[in-house]
Amino acid sequence: MLKDITIGQFFPGKSIVHRLDSRIKIILTIVFIFMLFMADSFYGLGVGIIYVLGAFLLSKIPFKMMLKSLKPLVPILIFTGILNIFFITAGDPVFEWRFITVTDMGLRTAAYNMIRIIGLIIGSSLLTYTTSPIALTDAIERLLSPLKKIKVPVHELAMMMTIALRFIPTLIEETDKIMSAQKARGADLETGSLLQRAKALVPILIPLFVSSFRRAEDLALAMECRCYHGGEGRTRLKQLKTAPRDYVALVITAGFVFLTVFADKLA
Amino acid sequence: MAIIRTENLTYVYGDGTPFRKVAVDNVNLSIDEGEFVGVIGHTGSGKSTLIQHLNGLLQPTSGSVYIDGEKLWEDKKRLRDIRFKVGLVFQYPEYQLFEETVYKDIAFGPKNMGLSDDEIDRRIRETARMVGIKEELFDKSPFELSGGQKRRVAIAGVMAMEPKVLILDEPASGLDPKGRDKILGQIREYHKEKKNTVLLVSHSMEDVAKHAGKILVMNNASLYCYDTPVNVFAKASELSAMGLAVPQITRVFKRLDQMGCNIGEEVYTVDFAKNLMLKLLNRNNNMEE
Amino acid sequence: MCMNSFLQAENLKFSYINNIEEPPVRTEVLHGVSLDVKKGEFVALLGHNGSGKSTLAKCFNAINIADEGKVYACGFDASLEENLFPIRQRVGMVFQNPDNQIVATIVEEDVAFALENMGVEPAEIRRRVDEALKTVGMYEYRGHAPHKLSGGQKQRVAIAGILAMKPQVVLLDEPTAMLDPSGRAEVMKTIKMLKEEMCVTIVLITHYMEEAAQADRIVVIDNGSIVMDDVPKRIFSQVEKMKSIGLDVPQVTELCYLLRQQGVDLPEDIITEDECVEALSKLLLKK
Repeated sequence: MLKDITIGQFFPGKSIVHRLDSRIKIILTIVFIFMLFMADSFYGLGVGIIYVLGAFLLSKIPFKMMLKSLKPLVPILIFTGILNIFFITAGDPVFEWRFITVTDMGLRTAAYNMIRIIGLIIGSSLLTYTTSPIALTDAIERLLSPLKKIKVPVHELAMMMTIALRFIPTLIEETDKIMSAQKARGADLETGSLLQRAKALVPILIPLFVSSFRRAEDLALAMECRCYHGGEGRTRLKQLKTAPRDYVALVITAGFVFLTVFADKLA
Repeated sequence: MAIIRTENLTYVYGDGTPFRKVAVDNVNLSIDEGEFVGVIGHTGSGKSTLIQHLNGLLQPTSGSVYIDGEKLWEDKKRLRDIRFKVGLVFQYPEYQLFEETVYKDIAFGPKNMGLSDDEIDRRIRETARMVGIKEELFDKSPFELSGGQKRRVAIAGVMAMEPKVLILDEPASGLDPKGRDKILGQIREYHKEKKNTVLLVSHSMEDVAKHAGKILVMNNASLYCYDTPVNVFAKASELSAMGLAVPQITRVFKRLDQMGCNIGEEVYTVDFAKNLMLKLLNRNNNMEE
Repeated sequence: MCMNSFLQAENLKFSYINNIEEPPVRTEVLHGVSLDVKKGEFVALLGHNGSGKSTLAKCFNAINIADEGKVYACGFDASLEENLFPIRQRVGMVFQNPDNQIVATIVEEDVAFALENMGVEPAEIRRRVDEALKTVGMYEYRGHAPHKLSGGQKQRVAIAGILAMKPQVVLLDEPTAMLDPSGRAEVMKTIKMLKEEMCVTIVLITHYMEEAAQADRIVVIDNGSIVMDDVPKRIFSQVEKMKSIGLDVPQVTELCYLLRQQGVDLPEDIITEDECVEALSKLLLKK
C-alpha cells in the first residue's frame, strides 16, 4: 500500500541521464518546468512532452515506473480538470445545461493544465529516479552555497534533507507495521465519519512520533560518535564535476526552449 | 477440532512487478485447539507472512484460511471479529503503545470489541497480573516504564482481548536473559491457565524447545514440517542446513551419538539432557557391576 | 601499530540528570568503576538491562563525561574538551539498532561519513571506504540503499563506517540484539576478524552468552559496579552467581553444572561445545 509510492525513489543505473552532473540536472528540471508553463499551445506543450519523454527513454528507466509515479496523482489531475472545465466561463460555450456552462477555452485550459501536471511529475520523478538522493542534496547544497554569505544554514538544510530521505523508507515500513499492529488490536481505520477516522489515526501517529524521536536521538548519537560537527571543514567522497555531456545537455535543452517558443508562435 | 486450518495457502508479493516474490507457497496446515506451537524459520522463510494471514491482516493470493471453522475473507465485515479471535503480538510490540496511561492502553483492544466497562476492567486486572504488571503502574504513562515492562504491557493489551489464538512474534527479542525468561514463563503460564492456543515465533530454538508442544518449521516459503519437538529435532542436521541454529545441547548429543555413545533419544532441553546423562551413566555403572 | 590502544577508567562515577523534574533529579549509574582494557584485548561486557554497561562504554569515547574519577582512551584524557575528536576517531562505537546509525542513503556514502567529517581528502576517503567495505565483505553492496539490506549486512556497514576512521578500539553496544541467528553469526565473524587480523581492541556488550564465551575476558557489571572480571572459563563456572545477577551461562556449562551437583565427576570449566562433547564422551565411553 504505502510501499507503492515511488516518487522520490532512486533507481541506480549507468545511463547518460544518470551520469549527468546533478547540479545540471536540477537546473534542467527547472528549465523544463519553466518551459511547460511558458508554452501556451498544444504544439508548445508537445515539444515539452517530447523533451521529457526523450530524456526518459535515454535514462532506461522502465516505462512502467513512469505510469506508477503518475497513479497516485490521478485524483489531483481529475480535480484540476474539473475545476478548469467548469469554472472558466470565458470563451465560446460548447455545452450548456442549466447553470453549467462548458466553454472551449475551459476545455483547452483544462487540457493544458493536465498536460503540465503530467509533465511536471514525469520530469521531477525522472530527476529523483536518476539522481541518488545524496547527489541531489549535494547539488542543492552547492547551488545554494552563495546564500551562505547571507547566513542561510545551507549545509544544515542539506543534512536534514539527506536524513529525511534516508528515513522515509524506514518510516513508511514502520507506519505499515504500526497500522497492522493496531488493526490486530481491533482499530478500525476504514469506516466511520471523518472525525472518527481522524481519531482512529491517533493510535498510529503517537507511536510513530515516539519512535521517530527515539530514532532521531539514536542517530544524533551515532553521528556524534563519527565526529560530526557541522559543515565546517567537511570534505566529500564524491566531487561534483561537470563533463562535456553536461554542456551538450544544456545546449539541447536551450534548443528545446527555443522550439517551444517557436511552436507557440506557429499555433 | 482444528482451530487454525489453511488450504493451499499462497501469498505472492508484488505480483506483476520485477520484485515478484512468493512469500508463502501452498501451505496446508491444521493446528488443534489448545496447542502451544513454536514457529521457526530463518528470516524470509515466510513465517511472518504466514502468521499475518491467520488474523486476516493479509489476504491470500490463492488458497484459504479457516479460523474456528470460519473461512476468512468470505465476508470482509467479519474480519474485525476474527482479529479478536486471533490476537497477534508483533515484534517489538512496545512501539505500538500510545495511550496516556498503562490502564487505557491495555483497554484499547477490549474497548474496540465493545465490551462493558466492568468486563474491560476485569480483563485488564487479570492480564496485568498474568504479565506481572502491578496495579500501581496503571496510572503511569506507558512511556515511563522500563523496556521489559513496556513489552509486557503491550502483550497484555492483546491478551486482554482473550483471543482463542494468541500469536507472538519474537516476544523476547532484545531483552536480557532474565527479561526473556520472565516473559516466556508468563506466556507459558497464560497458556496453562487459559488453555488457549499459542503460537510462539522465535529465532531461538532453545526457547522453542523449552516451551512448545509442537513445532512448525517454515523454509523457503513452504511448510517444512509441523510435528512434535522430538521428531523435529531428530532432523537436526537438516535444520542446520536451513540456517537454523539448533540448540547447543542438541548438537552435543548428536555428536556424542555419532561417536558411538549410543544416546538413542532426541535431546533438546538441558533438563532432559541431565536426566538422560544420569540414566546413561547409571546403565554404564550397572553394566560394570 | 597497537601502541596506546587501551582504555582505562579509574574510580569512574557517572550520573544521569533528569531536568524535566523540578528540582533536577540525579541518578548515579556508575559508582566508582575501575577498569583497564589492554591493547588488542577482546572484552565482553555483561550485565542486565539498566546495569550501566552502555553508560560505561559511552564514557570511553567521550559521549559521557565522568562526574568523578578519570577516563583515558588511547592515552587521551576524556575529560578534556580538546581531546573529544582525537578520542572519537580512535574509539569507534557501533550501536544496537542498525537502522538508526546509518546516515546516508547509499552504503559507500555512509561509510565515508566519518571521514568527511574529519576533513580527509576525497581520494583518501575513496581508498579507505573501499578498504573498509572489503574488510567487512560488503564491497559489492557499496552502491546499494541501506534499507534494502538485511540486519546483519546493515550492521556490517555500520562497522565499516567505524573502521574507515582506522580506530584502535571498537565499542559495540549489543550489535547483535536485533539480528537473526545468521546475522548474528555474520557480525561475530567480523568482530573476531577485527581482533585477530587488524589488532583492534574490542569491547562487546551482549546478552548472548555464546558470544561472550568467545571473548578473551568477561567483565560483569551489576547496578553500576563491576562484580566479576575474569576469563570466560572462570566467569561461567560460577553458574549460581551468574544466575543471581540475572545472566545466563551456555547450555553446556549449565548441563555440566547440574551433573556435577548430582555427583558426576566433570571439570568445572566447560564452556564450549567441543569441551562438553569431549568430557561427556569420556564418561560414556569409559569401559
